Amino acid sequence: MASITFREVEGSSLKYWLLFGGLGLFVLFGALAWNTMHHHGHVITGMDNQIVWGLPHVFAVFLIVAASGALNVASIASVFNKPMYKPLAPLSAILALALMLGGLLVLVLDLGRSDRLVVAMTHFNFKSMFTWNVFLYSGFFALVGIYLWTMLDRSVKAYTKAAGTAAFIWRLALTTGTGSLFGFLIARELYGSAVMAPMFIIMSFAYGLAIYLMVLAAAYAWTGRPLGDIVIQRLRYLLAVFVAAVLYFVVVHHMTSMYFTKFHAVEAFILLNGGIFTTLFWIGQILIGGVIPLVILLTGMGKSRTWLMIACALVILGGLVQMYVTIIGAQAWPLDLFPGMVQSSSFFDGEVHSYAPSAPELFLGLGGIAIALLATTFGVKVLRLLPESLDDATVAKLEH
Amino acid sequence: MSEMNPNQETAPASPERRRFVGGAAAAAAGLAIAPGVMLIEVAYGRPEDQAASSAVRWGMLVDTTKCASGCNECVSACSTENGWTPVAESKHPKQAPQWIRKLELQDPLTQMQTSLPMMCQHCAEPPCVDVCPTGASFKRADGIVLVNRHTCIGCRYCMMACPYKARSLVHEPLNDTQKPDVPRGIGCVESCTFCVQKVDRGDGTTACVEACTAAGHNALLFGDMNDPGSEISKRLRELPTKQVRADLNLNLGIRYHGI
Amino acid sequence: MAGFLQRAARAAFLAVALIWAGLIPAQADAPKPVIQKATKGEQCVEDTAYMRKNHMKVLNHHRDETVLEGIRTKKHSLKECINCHASETTGSVAKSKDDFCVSCHSYAAVKIDCFDCHSTKPQGSMAMHPLDAATAHYKHKLAAGAKQPVSVEEMAKVAQ
Repeated sequence: MASITFREVEGSSLKYWLLFGGLGLFVLFGALAWNTMHHHGHVITGMDNQIVWGLPHVFAVFLIVAASGALNVASIASVFNKPMYKPLAPLSAILALALMLGGLLVLVLDLGRSDRLVVAMTHFNFKSMFTWNVFLYSGFFALVGIYLWTMLDRSVKAYTKAAGTAAFIWRLALTTGTGSLFGFLIARELYGSAVMAPMFIIMSFAYGLAIYLMVLAAAYAWTGRPLGDIVIQRLRYLLAVFVAAVLYFVVVHHMTSMYFTKFHAVEAFILLNGGIFTTLFWIGQILIGGVIPLVILLTGMGKSRTWLMIACALVILGGLVQMYVTIIGAQAWPLDLFPGMVQSSSFFDGEVHSYAPSAPELFLGLGGIAIALLATTFGVKVLRLLPESLDDATVAKLEH
Repeated sequence: MSEMNPNQETAPASPERRRFVGGAAAAAAGLAIAPGVMLIEVAYGRPEDQAASSAVRWGMLVDTTKCASGCNECVSACSTENGWTPVAESKHPKQAPQWIRKLELQDPLTQMQTSLPMMCQHCAEPPCVDVCPTGASFKRADGIVLVNRHTCIGCRYCMMACPYKARSLVHEPLNDTQKPDVPRGIGCVESCTFCVQKVDRGDGTTACVEACTAAGHNALLFGDMNDPGSEISKRLRELPTKQVRADLNLNLGIRYHGI
Repeated sequence: MAGFLQRAARAAFLAVALIWAGLIPAQADAPKPVIQKATKGEQCVEDTAYMRKNHMKVLNHHRDETVLEGIRTKKHSLKECINCHASETTGSVAKSKDDFCVSCHSYAAVKIDCFDCHSTKPQGSMAMHPLDAATAHYKHKLAAGAKQPVSVEEMAKVAQ
């Protein structure tokens, strides 16, 4: 097997520091947003007693799901023994850690009592899916951290496969846990389904790979290192499979609900007459996040690096929209306390709830993305994560 | 942490006996402090140093046939007793907590109208307790579902899980407007407590029930559903009642007649 | 120049750190906390020295018993602390900077969040009339129509 040289990016150019500073600015905005929310309370957000989880949760869950998906490339290399992917593995691991960090920060900084994080770390209720997730997230950091160590330190290289397998199994459990946060809810009609777990896993594959591809291409383009088409094209088809699988699960989920009479109204709300949510579902989630990327990836357009990047960006955008529809759309539909009756009250029973995100919520979410990218940018500067060259000749040698 | 019955083994065998012993002890304690106290405490009291017991299950009967549409007495009484701002006076109605609300129902086919109060149903199997990551949401031994605000982190998962929309988040600082008996605060989730401060004091009723009775509707009745001799148990044996979303099989502490 | 900058930076850091810790008057002669005498009773439920050191343990223990189990003994309850220690001028233990809880806690720079949720004032309208009968444990007496004022001796008995 041909050897690959990994090297830190130099990170001393003006461009590097501009990127670093730009991301840092958004992290700062995120911190200010948190401070404002913490000081005034959630009254300044668009969230209320109807829409209890809002835009921060859209960003947080998206980042957490994408984090476990970003680990895929490493898993393919270590668990499934594909030597071609081995040079891609370290970036995959650091990106997974960084995205998880960003997602978790957004999640905990949105808490009504974010000053009580230590309580969440010391009091546990093991019937709660949230508690399980606390352990799944911490374990993810530990296992992926060890995995990354085995990839970077020659003296423990022998354990790469074992660590990689453990991390792979863990990330499957983790995304099952994230999906089950919604799957284990009896109250809301669009949740409470076992399909949430596998659907979240496949969503993680798609979002994580799309983010990985964009970060990889950007890193190589901005550092002037060669990145051949073999690698990119292989991942292009993989992404297409994942995006199609997400669509499949969405169809299964909605078809099942549509068959049950008691769910007709809520399905009509999302699919037909839900205003902004219907638009977001069809235009954002299905068209922008699914159909258009599939067309790009599966036709000749996908051969162009630019179109491929557009497809990745659309998958990411569509993913955020899918989270918005999944999290906020499901809450916008009122709880049905008395099926078959027309209900009204001072507490907005029986009405569709509206939601207008506020600036602090948006900037808290963007801060999470910024901190993930900042951590990655810093990681590739201080650690040997990126091969000097991924041109076609170098990569081709790995296959033999 | 879903079951809290620390004094199970020390609880006397029958509710009647417990009541007698409790009442006697309360009367003695009452005498020691001030003679007037015992007059009320004899009826329902539990000595203040005794933990809530699982021999008791507090519950409420709502007779919707007596509940008047447009009447808001129970809601106002709850707001006054527990110190939450009525939604009509709130600057942020969508974010204002509502521990209890009047729900108006209409059957679209038959045009039959029903009015009823909706609040925490004090489930025996509460979904909010299941999902709470820190165990802050808990069910007391006597069936009252509460939020321990010392461990609530404000994640709102319980609000996602409650099928009755019973819970609210306190969205803004309360600036020392709380009642001394009812601590509540920013960033924590809250809901109906069955007026736990009144129950522990020995009042044997809640603010909403008192108000409904005072208004002459008599649509609400509070009491120990485990005690076969209690007024509520007697009424529940005779009157057909239903649980809201009975399909979820959560074994509710509030039973409705006429729905 | 470099030395000055370094010193300035260090001073700025220290100042920020001190403000962060809530010790805004950073001078050596920081005012000592005002410990107001309780408005009622002669003796606290425990020894004063013990309470100074351990009041948080006592309160936390009682808190868990009360919230989780419904044990409502008065001896160690926060409400009773407030009933006795609320200032005569503000009627509160945490409203102005000299009030009982706040005075010490800001001196020691220990942040408490009790009063995010708990009222800082005693029950009823007794804030301005500390020796009126309208304290928590006399509520029933009021309900029963017995509205005569309670003497200091009687109060002291309750406190013990």
